Amino acid sequence: MGAYFSDIFFGLKSLFIGLGITFKEFFKPVVTVPYPYKTIKMCKRYRGHIELIEDEEGNPKCVVCGMCERTCPSECIILGSKAVEFEVEVKGEIKTKKKKVLTKYDLDFTTCSLCGQCVESCNFGALTFSKDYNLASSRKEDFHFDLLKRLKERNS
Amino acid sequence: MSGPIRIQPGETFTLNVGPQHPATHGVLRVKMEMDGEYIVKAETVLGYIHRMHELMGENRPYPKVLPNLSRLDYLGAMGYTHGHVLAVERAAGIEVPERAEYIRVITVELNRVASHLFWFGAFVMDLGGFTPLMYALQDREHILDALEGITGSRLTYCYFRFGGLCNDIDDEFIARTRALIPRMRKSLKKYEALVTGNIIFRKRLEEIGPISPEMCRKYGATGPVARGSGIDFDIRKNEPYSVYPEFDFDVPVYHECDSMARYKVRMDEMEQSLRIIEQGLDKLPDGPIMPKRKPKLIKPPKGDYYQAVETARGSFGIRLVSDGTKNAYRFKLRSPTYSNMSLFDEACEGMMIMDALALMGSLDLVIPEIDR
Repeated sequence: MGAYFSDIFFGLKSLFIGLGITFKEFFKPVVTVPYPYKTIKMCKRYRGHIELIEDEEGNPKCVVCGMCERTCPSECIILGSKAVEFEVEVKGEIKTKKKKVLTKYDLDFTTCSLCGQCVESCNFGALTFSKDYNLASSRKEDFHFDLLKRLKERNS
Repeated sequence: MSGPIRIQPGETFTLNVGPQHPATHGVLRVKMEMDGEYIVKAETVLGYIHRMHELMGENRPYPKVLPNLSRLDYLGAMGYTHGHVLAVERAAGIEVPERAEYIRVITVELNRVASHLFWFGAFVMDLGGFTPLMYALQDREHILDALEGITGSRLTYCYFRFGGLCNDIDDEFIARTRALIPRMRKSLKKYEALVTGNIIFRKRLEEIGPISPEMCRKYGATGPVARGSGIDFDIRKNEPYSVYPEFDFDVPVYHECDSMARYKVRMDEMEQSLRIIEQGLDKLPDGPIMPKRKPKLIKPPKGDYYQAVETARGSFGIRLVSDGTKNAYRFKLRSPTYSNMSLFDEACEGMMIMDALALMGSLDLVIPEIDR
């Protein structure tokens, strides 16, 4: 009989302790952010989708070596290039040389697993992570990024 | 109460719990043959989200499998990646700098606390209490923020590389983690008073959902499930890997074999993980985070390699069979939740359905990891 009543007493007490803790929480500062009206700045290393980096002239730094395309586990990067002839002066003589120029940098973000191996593999510092995270869409095509176009839009 | 009640199958009906059910925490289906409120027979059905991770490990070069491992268990992703990199490093004979190993241990333990916090909230919610979930997620948020600051992602970290890490930690991370430890300790005391002492919670769990040590051995259960049944087994102590031997921590073991024991093991484990993090930050050596000499192409010599690690859910093992090429010949994953879940069919026989769901919650199931 005694055990029965002590069970009720300590049981009730435990419930009131819990209520006391939740009551104290009422007076603590708010920790959430009202999202669409206020946003949190993404941290420095935030891994969004990738973005091309430009050089001083506004062209992409990319030299189309294809390392990112090869290291990508999801095979979501497709590069396109063309050979361009240009003239350089070597020891007083003018010579024509060929170099590859980036014509297409397609990222299929629907299959990207955001591992960041493309940025690490890039030996020319031509890739970086974007800080975009408001990417919700109901259309699949919205996630096929043309990074070259995005770079030009950013410059213009 | 003395053990589960065996009842004769008479007139029964079949109840489908899942594949979409909040108590199963994912797409797990349990076919239950019910006699009123009592379970006569239960059968777990899997395969709804099978993604062939093992095959993916075999048909592509080693570095390309890295992001897959965090997709196994989205709550404790760090531990699984740790197992993978350790297995490949052992196979290919890559030396890891000491600083990288310390950072690995710190992040793995942080992730373990985050995983247990989420489990704690979800488990109490299974039993009908919603408030603790909010407090647990608030604490977990601080850990995720700290990890996001160094890895760049919040859930599916792809932070470890063969030989080291992709980023070094900064002072901000260290300051955040240092501030986090006392806050977590305070929160753990709060949970103790709010949940552990609560009479409704105790009556729902104590002496309910017994899992005997024999049953654990029969099904190969590991982690908090086995430790709640009195089996003192922790890969970090029994088969030390990484720099764990240099840390001073205890393995909590409870002998009650009920759902409450499993709950207590996890709550104590959080405390022990905080101890490891604290020591790790104190001992953190300087140096590089990637080895000086690292093979460009990872081609382990022919052989059979195995590496087990202790993740938040139990012991996770990777068996790697290499035939000397850049792809693995066999990439077998031994996932802890699969074994822990398989004992559910036998354990829940004769139980009331609400007790069985509490038992399922105490197993800490993460379905993508069962269905890999």
